[in-house]
Formats: sequence, structure tokens, C-alpha cells
Amino acid sequence: MSPLPFSLQLVNALATLLLLSSFAMLSQRRVVSLVNLLALQGTVLFLATLLLAWRTGQHHLYVSAALTLALKVCFLPWLLHRLIRKLGVYWDAEPLLNISGTMLLGVLIVVFSFGLAQPIVALASTATRSGIGIAIAVILLAFLTMITRRKATSQLIGFLSMENGLFFGAMSATYGMPMIVELGVALDVLVAMLVLGVFFFQIREQFDSLDLHHLESLKEGK
Amino acid sequence: MEFILLLGTPLAGAITLGLIGNRRWAAEANSLFSLGTFLAACALTVRVIGAGNLLVGREQFFIDPFNVFLVTLTAFVGLTTSLFSRPYMRIETERGRITPGRLRLYHSMYQLFMATMLIALTTNNLGLMWVAMEAATLSTVLLVTLYRTPASLEAGWKYFILCGVGIAQALFGTMLVYFAAEKVVGAEGVTALLWTHLFVVKGQLEPVVLSLAFVFLLVGYGTKVGLAPLHNWLPDAHAEGPTPISAVLSGLLLNVAIYAVVRCKVLVEGSLQTQLPSRMLMGFGLLSVVLAAFFLWRQRDIKRLFAYSSIEHMGIIAFAFGIGGPIANFAALLHMTVHSLTKSAIFFAVGHATQKAGTQLIADIRGLVTLSPTVGWGLMIGTLAILGMPPFGLFASEFLILTTAMREQPWATPILLLALGVAFAAIFGRVQPMVFGDSNVKRLPHSPALLPVFAHLGLVLMLGVFIPPYLAHWYRAAALLIGGH
Repeated sequence: MSPLPFSLQLVNALATLLLLSSFAMLSQRRVVSLVNLLALQGTVLFLATLLLAWRTGQHHLYVSAALTLALKVCFLPWLLHRLIRKLGVYWDAEPLLNISGTMLLGVLIVVFSFGLAQPIVALASTATRSGIGIAIAVILLAFLTMITRRKATSQLIGFLSMENGLFFGAMSATYGMPMIVELGVALDVLVAMLVLGVFFFQIREQFDSLDLHHLESLKEGK
Repeated sequence: MEFILLLGTPLAGAITLGLIGNRRWAAEANSLFSLGTFLAACALTVRVIGAGNLLVGREQFFIDPFNVFLVTLTAFVGLTTSLFSRPYMRIETERGRITPGRLRLYHSMYQLFMATMLIALTTNNLGLMWVAMEAATLSTVLLVTLYRTPASLEAGWKYFILCGVGIAQALFGTMLVYFAAEKVVGAEGVTALLWTHLFVVKGQLEPVVLSLAFVFLLVGYGTKVGLAPLHNWLPDAHAEGPTPISAVLSGLLLNVAIYAVVRCKVLVEGSLQTQLPSRMLMGFGLLSVVLAAFFLWRQRDIKRLFAYSSIEHMGIIAFAFGIGGPIANFAALLHMTVHSLTKSAIFFAVGHATQKAGTQLIADIRGLVTLSPTVGWGLMIGTLAILGMPPFGLFASEFLILTTAMREQPWATPILLLALGVAFAAIFGRVQPMVFGDSNVKRLPHSPALLPVFAHLGLVLMLGVFIPPYLAHWYRAAALLIGGH
């Protein structure tokens, strides 16, 4: 097997960075650091998209790189930092599962993801197909982050990280989705953030906190 | 032209209503825009009857027998709900449950919600369908939390996060479909997510990838359908939001979500040549029916009660699509129509009943029929219809589903019958004392809008006795398109 060209090796290195940042998110309790990690993921995605666009010569990838830069590297982290400052949530509470346990679970998830990706990788013809397993791992790790957190902001960051994983998956498997779909998804993410911004202030006005244990009164048989 | 009007009217409505704010006639404007949408839908239907299937907007949008009747149904229920919401929201404002400023948000988002559902129904692009489904969630999150009570905030958060995560799975599924399609349709990828193109080549799509894709799509859109065990958001969102929103969530959004599932199922089944998608739909459907029937017993809140009833009916529809074949599909389509009409009619009646009693607790609403016979009888007749009593349309569709199940999947019939019986006892036992007996309800400052209730129930009655030939023709055409077996 011939060695991979340098640019693709770089993309693989970026993919590894993405996975590492997912693990970092899993263990991080400071909300501000979580946002920074999210911004890091955005930057990694931006660089990977740019490299791929240059390498494959697909013009629509430049557009989605620009979109990533604007939305995920600049706007979302800025908005989240502002939200955190205004709402004064700096620390998440103790996670529901202790950190070493979560990490172990995370490792198992990565193994499982690569197993799940196997049939897709076998069929893929893109040069970046090895990223598919990592994308699935990022999605599932983000899911785990959401499950183990109590604060609404941390859950939201997990949600956005899941979207990053999906984006990277589309990139690795098919060099991105059709333009119109990518634009639509970006619009949805943007609107979701704005809606949640409003929503967080509503929660806080009502409970004086963003801790989700206040939101546990709607149980069956109440 | 009709098509541009169909999508343009609610979008224009969303912007206009956002701009004019809480003027006194905002509610009337809301109804007017809904009427415009409905007229456009009717015009479109007439045109499709004459000219057959339609592809517009560079093939990004299309109309075929499966979605045309859902478009008309969505526009119709959208119109009647806007008529119901006028006096309902006025009373809520006067009672101080919502500020006039929030009415602006309500009206604008209502129109936007209609637009997103119509886009999801008419788009030919599986990716755009995803975008529209997500947009439908986003436009209703702030409507669920309109009252800003702790419970409504919790319901809104649950709705957002569960449906958001669910729908992220569906995006992954869509991606996998695109991945498989790109191999067949070509690397340009412009047409690789267009349903009509995929339908043509469905036999050549890679089965392993598509079966994986279907799992993600079913879990994703299934969350929005409210299939058990992914149904947790549904009762909360229905119970805590304003009643007109409960009516459109239950009557329309669930239909749109199951429409998305079935569209995907057609492709996947064509590729797989196995029964996997059907089995999964049947399994999830049956589980929802049974779980919902037993949860019905534990409900004390009238809106939660009917929310669980929606889960049950969505389960029946999923099960019927799972059986497949022309008759079961026909029954499922009919059931989608009559459930949507009946459930929204019930929510209209329930809305006024809860306003009269000042509570949603079943135990505190008594003797509706003595003070306001129309609300009481509306609720009673609606309940009988939703429980599948003859001569209403739900009897016809459930009968068809049960007889088909007896022939095709005999093992499932006793389970279905048992669940239907349990549901009947639970719902009837709770609604009966609400309607009859000593009264404790008050008069309302504005006369309730009961025309929508009886219009819907009349239609359901008609569909039970007689299905107009052109409607039956559509149903049959759509049932053939969906296939199975």
C-alpha cells in the first residue's frame, strides 16, 4: 500500500484531534473550558474541510468551510461565552457518573464505533474513509456527555458536539452533503442556538438556576 | 403557482404576524393566512387530480398521491385550529396566563410551524425533509413554553433535547442513504437525495448500508412520531403547551413524522428485499400500542390522557404500515386522516372544558353537559369516535387493520384487541363523569368556537360511512406506492 499523501495524513491527524477533544469534553467540568473545546472542534473541522476542498477540488467544500468558520469557530463560542457570563454558570455539578468510569465507557464506545463503521468503510471510496469510525465515536461520545451532565448548558454543548460528529461523518464518507442540505442544517443549528438562548433566560427567570434537577417534576403517576 | 402560494402564504404570514405584533385583529389575520394556505392546498389538489404528479423547483419539491392528501389535511386542520385558537387565546390573555406580547410570538410561530410541516411534506429531497422536520421542532419549542410555568419549561426542554438528539440520528441515517445513493446515481450528488430518483434505483442501493440507515432513520423520526420507548417528550409537550398547539402537534406533526418514516421505508424495503423494515415498524408499533394503553390508566390530567391516546394511535398506524400491502396501507392512511381530525376536535373541546373548569385535572372537571351541552357532547362524541365506535371513520380503519392483521400476522391480533379494550375502558371511564353528572363549571367570557369541533367530527362520521370515490382512489394509489410485501 502506497503511503498516504501528506495532506490526507494531516486530515487523519485532525480527526484524531477531534476524537481527543471529545474525550476532553467528557472529563471537563468547567463550562468555559467546554465551550473552548467546542471551539477547538470547530477549528479542527474547518481545517479538515479546507484541506479536503483543496485536495479534491470540490468547490462546495470551500463554502462549507467558510460556513464552519463563521458559525462554529466564531459565532457559537461567542454566543455561548456571552450566555455563560450573563447567566453566571461557570461550573457543572458533579457528573452523574464519576470521571474515570465515564472514560472507560468512552473507550468501549470507540471500539464499538469502529466495529459499526466497518461495513461502511469497506464500501466507501473516499480517501478519508478512515474518518467514519471516528465520526461515529464522536457522535456517541457527545451522547454520553449529554447523558452524564446535569446543567442545561453542558447538555447543549454535548448536542453541538454531536452535530460536529455528524458533519465530520458526512465529510469522510461522501465529501459532505449537497449544498442545499448543508445550508439548511447550518440554519437549523443557528436557529436552535437563538431559541435556546431565549429559553435559558426563561428557565433562569423561573428557577434562578440552570440545574436540570429542577426540571424533574413531570414524572409519570404524579 | 398554487405551489408557491401554498408555501409562501404561511411564510408571509409568519413575517407579517411577527411585524404587526399584538394588534386586536392579529388572531383574525392568523385565520386569514391559514385560510389562504388551505385555499392554495385545495387549488393544488384540483390541479393534481387533473394533471397527475407534479415536480417543481428543480425537482426539489413534488406532489404525489401519498403527500397530496396529507397537504390538504394539514392545511385544513391548520385553518380550523386557527379558528379555535382565536377565542381560546383571547380568554387566556384576559385571564393573565399569557402577556399580549407573547401572542405575537404565538401567531408568528404558528404560521412558521405550518410552513415547515408543508415543506417537510412536499419536499422531494430527503435532506430538506430533515431540515424542515428540525425546523418544525424549533418553531414549537417556544410555543410549548408559552405559559412559562416550571412544568412547561421542563416540557419544552425535554421536547427540544429528546427530539433534537432523535433527529440527529435521522440526519446520520439520511447521510448513509446519500452515501449509498451516490454510488448508484453518480458522484455529482445533486440528485442523490431526491426521492423520485432514489425510488427508480432503489433495487441497486447497497442493502447493508441501507439497513443501517433505516435503523437510524426509524429511531430519529420515530422519536417525533412518539413511538415507544422514545415517546417521553410527547405527553409533557402536549399537556403543558396551549391547547391549540396540542391539537396541531397531535393532529399534524405526528402525521408528518410518520410520513417521513414511511417514505424512507419504501426505499429501504426496495433495496433490501427482506422484511426488516416492516418487522421493525410492527415491533415499535405494537410496543407503543400496548405501553400507551396501560399508561392511560395512570393519567389524571385530561390533556396527558389524550396525548397517550395519540401514542396508541400512532402505534396502530406504524403497525399497519408494517403489515404492508394495499389493504393495510389503505387502512393506515385512512387512520392517519381520521385520527388527525378526531384528535384535534377532541383537543378543541378539551381546551374549552379546561377553561371552564379552570383546571386540567380530570377529577375536577364534572358535568360539562349541564352548563354547555355543545362542549360536553363534542367531547363525548369525539371520545366515542377516537375509541373506534361505529359508525365513525376510526371504526372502519381499525376494523380493516384488525382483519388484515388476523390474516397476515395472526399472533398480533389478540395483543391489539386487548390493548384496544384496555384503552377503551381507561378513556371512557374517565371522560364519562367529566361530561355527565353534577356540574362545577363556569361560563366563559367569549363564546367558544365549536364549529371546528363539529366540522371535524362530521367529516370523521362521513369517512366512516362513505369515502368519496376520488379520495378512495387516492388512498389506493398511495397504498400501492407504499407497497410492502
